[in-house]
Amino acid sequence: MTKTTEKKRDVVILFAGDSGDGMQLTGSLFSNTSAEYGNDISTFPNFPAEIRAPQGTVAGVSGFKLQFASVDIFTAGDEVDVLVSMNAAALKANLSQLKRGGTIIANTSGFDKKNLRLAKYGDAESPLLDDSLEEYRVIEIDISKMTKEALVDSGLGAKEIERCKNMFVLGFLYWMYNRKLENTEVFIKNKFAKKQQIMDANIKALKAGYYFGDTNETFTSRYEVESASLPEGEYRSIMGNQATALGLIVAAKKAGLDLFYGSYPITPASDILHELARHKNYGVKTFQAEDEIAAVCASIGASFGGAFGVTASSGPGIALKAEAIGLAIMFELPLLVINVQRGGPSTGLPTKTEQSDLMQAIYGRNGEAPMVVIAPHSPSDCFDTIIEAARISIEHMVPVMFLSDGYIANGSEPWKFPSADDIAAIKPKWADSEKSMTDRGYLPYKRDEKLVREWAIPGMKELQHRIGGLEKDDETGNVSYDPENHEKMVKIRQQKVDIVADFVPEIEIEQGEDSGKLLVLGWGSTYGAIMTAVRELIAEGKPVSHAHIRYLNPFPKNLGDVLDRFDKVLIPEINDRQLVHIINSKFLKGALPLSKIQGMPITSKEIREKILETLNES
Amino acid sequence: MTKNPEDYTSKDLATDQDVRWCPGCGDYSILKQMQGTLAEAGVAVEDTVFVSGIGCSSRFPYYMNTYGIHSIHGRATAMASGLKAARQDLSVWVITGDGDSLSIGGNHLIHLLRRNFDVNVVLFNNEIYGLTKGQYSPTSPKGQVTKSTPMGSLDHPFNPGALVMGAGSTFVARSMDRDPKHMREILKAASDHKGTSFIEVYQNCHVFNDGAFGVYTDKDSKAMTTIFLKDGEPLVFAGEEKGIRLNGMKPELVSLSDYSKEDLWIHDSSDRYKALMLTEFFDDQSKEDALPRPFGIIYQEDRFRYEEAMQDQIDKAVEVKGEGDLDALIRGGHTWSV
Repeated sequence: MTKTTEKKRDVVILFAGDSGDGMQLTGSLFSNTSAEYGNDISTFPNFPAEIRAPQGTVAGVSGFKLQFASVDIFTAGDEVDVLVSMNAAALKANLSQLKRGGTIIANTSGFDKKNLRLAKYGDAESPLLDDSLEEYRVIEIDISKMTKEALVDSGLGAKEIERCKNMFVLGFLYWMYNRKLENTEVFIKNKFAKKQQIMDANIKALKAGYYFGDTNETFTSRYEVESASLPEGEYRSIMGNQATALGLIVAAKKAGLDLFYGSYPITPASDILHELARHKNYGVKTFQAEDEIAAVCASIGASFGGAFGVTASSGPGIALKAEAIGLAIMFELPLLVINVQRGGPSTGLPTKTEQSDLMQAIYGRNGEAPMVVIAPHSPSDCFDTIIEAARISIEHMVPVMFLSDGYIANGSEPWKFPSADDIAAIKPKWADSEKSMTDRGYLPYKRDEKLVREWAIPGMKELQHRIGGLEKDDETGNVSYDPENHEKMVKIRQQKVDIVADFVPEIEIEQGEDSGKLLVLGWGSTYGAIMTAVRELIAEGKPVSHAHIRYLNPFPKNLGDVLDRFDKVLIPEINDRQLVHIINSKFLKGALPLSKIQGMPITSKEIREKILETLNES
Repeated sequence: MTKNPEDYTSKDLATDQDVRWCPGCGDYSILKQMQGTLAEAGVAVEDTVFVSGIGCSSRFPYYMNTYGIHSIHGRATAMASGLKAARQDLSVWVITGDGDSLSIGGNHLIHLLRRNFDVNVVLFNNEIYGLTKGQYSPTSPKGQVTKSTPMGSLDHPFNPGALVMGAGSTFVARSMDRDPKHMREILKAASDHKGTSFIEVYQNCHVFNDGAFGVYTDKDSKAMTTIFLKDGEPLVFAGEEKGIRLNGMKPELVSLSDYSKEDLWIHDSSDRYKALMLTEFFDDQSKEDALPRPFGIIYQEDRFRYEEAMQDQIDKAVEVKGEGDLDALIRGGHTWSV
C-alpha cells in the first residue's frame, strides 16, 4: 500500500499528559530534532504548580506546545494541529485549543473508566465513543499496551516499561512528520549511559512507535515540513532563563568583574540559579540565600565590594526586595534585579505567565526611587537584553530591573549565537586613590557629566567612605537633613535614570509603515504574537505597524514622536492595561488596550481580531 | 600620607563626623574600645569594612575611618555575607542591636552564624528600642513597662547566647560597656577568630532603659552577679568566695568554704556541651541562688568558612573543567548549521 506525503508550511503539536508522563521531555526532543532538521521552532511548556498533582485529573495535566515551520515564526502557535492526549484529562484540558479538523492522538488505555471519572467526564462516558469529537480526526492507539508488548523481553518491571510510553508516541510522531530518530537515540544513549536496560528499552519503544506508523495500514498519509530559510550560520537551541544566565556570565567577564548571584528559590526564576551554578569554572559565585531579602542584600554587599551583584526572583520575591532596591538606588551602585514574572497578585499562578509587574518595576518602592527597567522579547533576546541591562547598571552606577516572564523563561527557539568577540566591553568607572582625591578629601558622590559617581571599593587606599540609606549630602555623601539638598538629590537620582535614554537606541518600527492608521505597541513576551498578526495583516494590505519597547524606563527618546505619527495606538498586554496607563499619562495619547489576564500568552489570532476591529472603527 | 597599620593610633580610626549618640550612652565606650582595638590589630583601614543595620548602634560606621555601609533594618548580616563572599581579603565587622539582629533581622543572623563567614558581629544589647523612643525589644524581660506595653510586655525574652549556640556559632562571647578593659580583650579575640564571632555587649541606654544591666555593672553588685571566664581556670566569683561546680549534669552554686577550687568547673571554651550550659546561666539576679552571668569567651571552635569553601569549589571547577571559555559557553553542547 502506498503512503502519501503532504507538505505543510507549519505545524503546531501539543503533547499533553499526566505530569509524570514525560511530556516536557518528549516535546523538547521533538523540538530539537526539528530545529536540527532546519525548521524554525518555538516552544511553550505549560505545567501545573504541583510537582505531582493527583494522577489522571485535569489539574495534573502537563503540556508542551511547539510550532515548527518552513518559514520564520515568532510564537509556539495559537491553534493546535495535533493534540497528543495520553489520558482523558489531557484531552479535556486542551481540546479547546485544537483546530477544527485537527488531529487527536489518544492513548486509549488513558481513557478507561478510572481515567474518565478522574477527568470528570459525565457518567464515565468516553469522548472517544460518543460523537463529541466528530469534527476532528481521532487516531486511537493503545500506547500503553503497545509499549508493554514491545518491551516484554526488556527485563524491566511494569512501572519502568510504562515510563517508556512517551518514547513510543515520539517515535510515532517522527514517522508522521518524516523525521529521523538519530538525534533522539543519541540523547537517550547519553542520558542512560549507565543504565543499559533502560537505554535499550527507550530506544526500542521509540522505534516501535515509528514502525507502528510505518507498517500499520490505517495510516496512509505523512507530512513534510520543509526546512526554513533562516539566515545562514551556526545555531543552537536556547531557553529564556538559560540565555539570561549565559548573558550574565558574559557581561561580568566583559566588565572584568566577578559575578555574584544571590537568589532564593522561586518559580519560574530558579533555573537561572541552576544554570549559573553549573558554571563555577567561569568564576561565578552563586549564593542560595535564606530568603529574598538576604539574596538582594548579599548582592548589594558584593557590589559594594566591587563584584557585579545580581539577584533574581519573581513578583512576590521582588516585593520583598523592594526596600533593599531602594537602598541600592541611594547607594548608586551596580545591581541587576531580574524578575521572571508570573501570575499575581500574592502567590498567584506560579507556573503561569503574566506581565503584571510592570508598575511594580517602575514605581514599586517607597519614596522617589526611580530605576531603569528593561525587558527582553524572546528566549534568545534574553541574552542580548541582560548584557544591555548589565552595561547600563555598571556604566551608569544604577540598579536595573530586567523584566522577563514565564513564557520567555521556559520557551525555547533556535539561536544564531554570537561570537564572544563581537560583544562590546563594559567599562566600570573605577575610582583611583590619587586621581580621585580633591582638596576637600575624597568625595564619593562627586559626579561626571552623566551624573555617574565613581566606584571606590574597599582596598583602595585613602578612599574610605561610608554610605547609607539616610539622605546624603551632594558630593560628600555625608548624612544630610537639609531640605534643599534632599530635593536636589531626589532630582539627581531621577535625572540619572533619565540620562540613560541618551545612551540607548531609539525605538524602531519592526514592520509596517513609519506612520499611519494604527501602531501596535508591545513590550516583552507579546513580541512573537504581535509580529505574527501584523505580518499577516500587512500581507493582506492592512494599514498597521508594529513597534516593541525594550527600554521601559526611561522610554526611548523618540517614543513620543513615533506615537504621534499614528492615528491610533493599540497595546496588547498580559495584564490589566499597565503600559496603557503609563503611555497615556505620559504622552496623552489615548492608547487602546488589549488585555488578557488568563496566565496564558496572548495569541496572534486575538491580536489580529483586535487590530481588525480597531481598524474598522475608524 | 598613608600610614602603616603598625603606626596607627586610635585617632587614625576616627572620622571627622560629630558623634551623635545621647550623652551618657554606652555606645561611646564601645566606639572608643573598637578604635583602640583596631589601632592595634595591624589591619589597614582601607581593608576594613563596618556594616550596620538600623538603630542607635547602627550609626557606628559613620564614626570609623574605614569603609562602611549603613544599610537597612536587620539586613547588615545579609549584606556582610555577600561582601565577604565577594571579598575574602577584607576584615568585616557587623554592628547591630537587639532589635536589629534579634527581631527584624533574626533570620539573617542565624544563617550568617551557621555559614560561619569570617565576620565579627557586635550586638549592642540594651533591651529596648532606643531610636524609635522606647518600645520593648526581644531581649526585654517579660513584664517590662514601656510605651508600647503600658501593662507590661507579654513576650518571653530571647537568650541571645543560647540562640546563637543553637545556630551553630563558632565564637560566642559576652562583655559590657562599663568594663572597657574586658571589652578590649574580647574585641581583640573576636578579631583574631577565623569564622563568625558573636559578641553580645551589655550596653546601657541612658534615656529609655537606664540601669537595665546595673546589677551586673555596678560596683556594689558586680562581684556577686558576674563571673569572668578564663580558659583553664575554675568558675569562681564573689571575690573568690563562691564558685560553680558540676554536680553530675547540673551546675551547682557552692561556697569555697565548702569546696576547693579543684572541685570546681574548669572553663574550657572548646567544650560545646559546657558552653551550651553556660549560655543557660540566664537567671534573674533577684532570684535566690541565681547563677551568676558569665562574661568572656563562652565558646570557640575552628570550622570551615563559607567564603573559603565557595572559592575552593571555584578553584576545583577550574582545575577539572579548565578556565571558562566564553565562546564554549555560548555555543553550549549541541549546535547545527544552516
